[in-house]
Amino acid sequence: MSQVLTRDQIARRVARDIPDGAYVNLGIGLPTLVANFVPHDREVIYQSENGILGMGPAPEKGKEDLDLINASKQFVTLLPGAAICHHTDAFAMMRGGHLDLALLGGFQVSSDGDLANWSTGDEKSPPAVGGAMDLAAGAKAVWVLMEHVTKSGEPKIVERCTYPLTAKSVVDRIYTNMAVIDVVDDGLLVREIIPGMDFEALQARTGARLRLANDWKPLNGV
Amino acid sequence: MLDKRVNTLEDAVAGIRDGSVILISGFGNAGIPVELIHALIDQGARDLTIVSNNAGAGRTDLSALLATGRVRKIICSFPKTSGSVVFDELYAAGKIELELVPQGTLSERMRAGGAGLGGFYTPTAVGTDLAKGKETRMIDGREYVLEKPIKGDFALIKAERADRWGNLTYRLAARNFGPTMAMAAACTIVQVREIVELGGIDPDQVITPGIFVDRVVAVPNPQPAGQP
Repeated sequence: MSQVLTRDQIARRVARDIPDGAYVNLGIGLPTLVANFVPHDREVIYQSENGILGMGPAPEKGKEDLDLINASKQFVTLLPGAAICHHTDAFAMMRGGHLDLALLGGFQVSSDGDLANWSTGDEKSPPAVGGAMDLAAGAKAVWVLMEHVTKSGEPKIVERCTYPLTAKSVVDRIYTNMAVIDVVDDGLLVREIIPGMDFEALQARTGARLRLANDWKPLNGV
Repeated sequence: MLDKRVNTLEDAVAGIRDGSVILISGFGNAGIPVELIHALIDQGARDLTIVSNNAGAGRTDLSALLATGRVRKIICSFPKTSGSVVFDELYAAGKIELELVPQGTLSERMRAGGAGLGGFYTPTAVGTDLAKGKETRMIDGREYVLEKPIKGDFALIKAERADRWGNLTYRLAARNFGPTMAMAAACTIVQVREIVELGGIDPDQVITPGIFVDRVVAVPNPQPAGQP
């Protein structure tokens, strides 16, 4: 019997892959958890689109500063060595290819690496995009963190996205609660699968054709 | 003598005309010029186009301005902030026009407006709904979308410190859109916590040079934005 990863376990798995010295932007939601699990011997510099480079963890209760929030509008702190910039420069960092890595949530990823993560196309609620498109288009590498299927069991990895696109052909790697999958030139290559699930079972929960890497490994949540 | 100081918030927003395009600084509740916005509400200009990252939270400042019904259109990247009740109601009722722009494109369009550029090509939004109907171009093998400048008739900005020439410093992440909006408006109006003597700001620490600023007003104890 296979056990899917918890959200914390997905975040912990991703954290293992973030290189020492990387400039990283964490998207809203699941990606935010990753900062909790980066090994202490690695120096990772977090950027926030509202003009923070070198963002630290949440402040102690009572030490919140109204002028110091992150892209999710949560209170944060600055690390020694942090820098503040204005919005246009923050987006030059993002769009100009200066960030090593963007970790983003996703509604859907296609086999070409198209990403849909900003709108479900619901016309009743006002659309909101924020920095999602700039980040997806600009970072050197884009990793998407998401559940493998929706709450109703629909695949989120698909041949073609049916939700409105955030960016085309930008996703490099997908971390789900069932697998780690690379987006390569000719499709989707499975690197890791959770113990107890075989490739056919994973394929059955995926809306696009997968290939299994020769050197695939079990995906351990730890 | 060059003196951009004005004594009151009323003087600061004097002359804002009906139909103006107004750039308003802030991201979330940081950097929002709460007192200038309330002065604008009291001033009464209508049929406004507002350019701001969010569309207000709670019932104060930007939300209070929207609630007056004097805003025809808002250009922003993320109107759906938690607590954006006033905007949501107006939008659902079809009483406000929304132009949704990716955040970096919003900022860069204003920079282009302030820097005298006719636009720029960006990879952001290529192939998405937000690039529909826009000119695209392949440059060195990559596809880009043409985005045009945004200029304001006025900008309302919150900064930390100014001198009488209008040089500005900001505080932490409240800086956000301030420096870009200051460049992009014909008349830039700034509220600061403190106005100091000329020379009171180290030239190396000036973030917005005074040439981009028209009026400064001191608001020593600004209220937080986005209150219920």
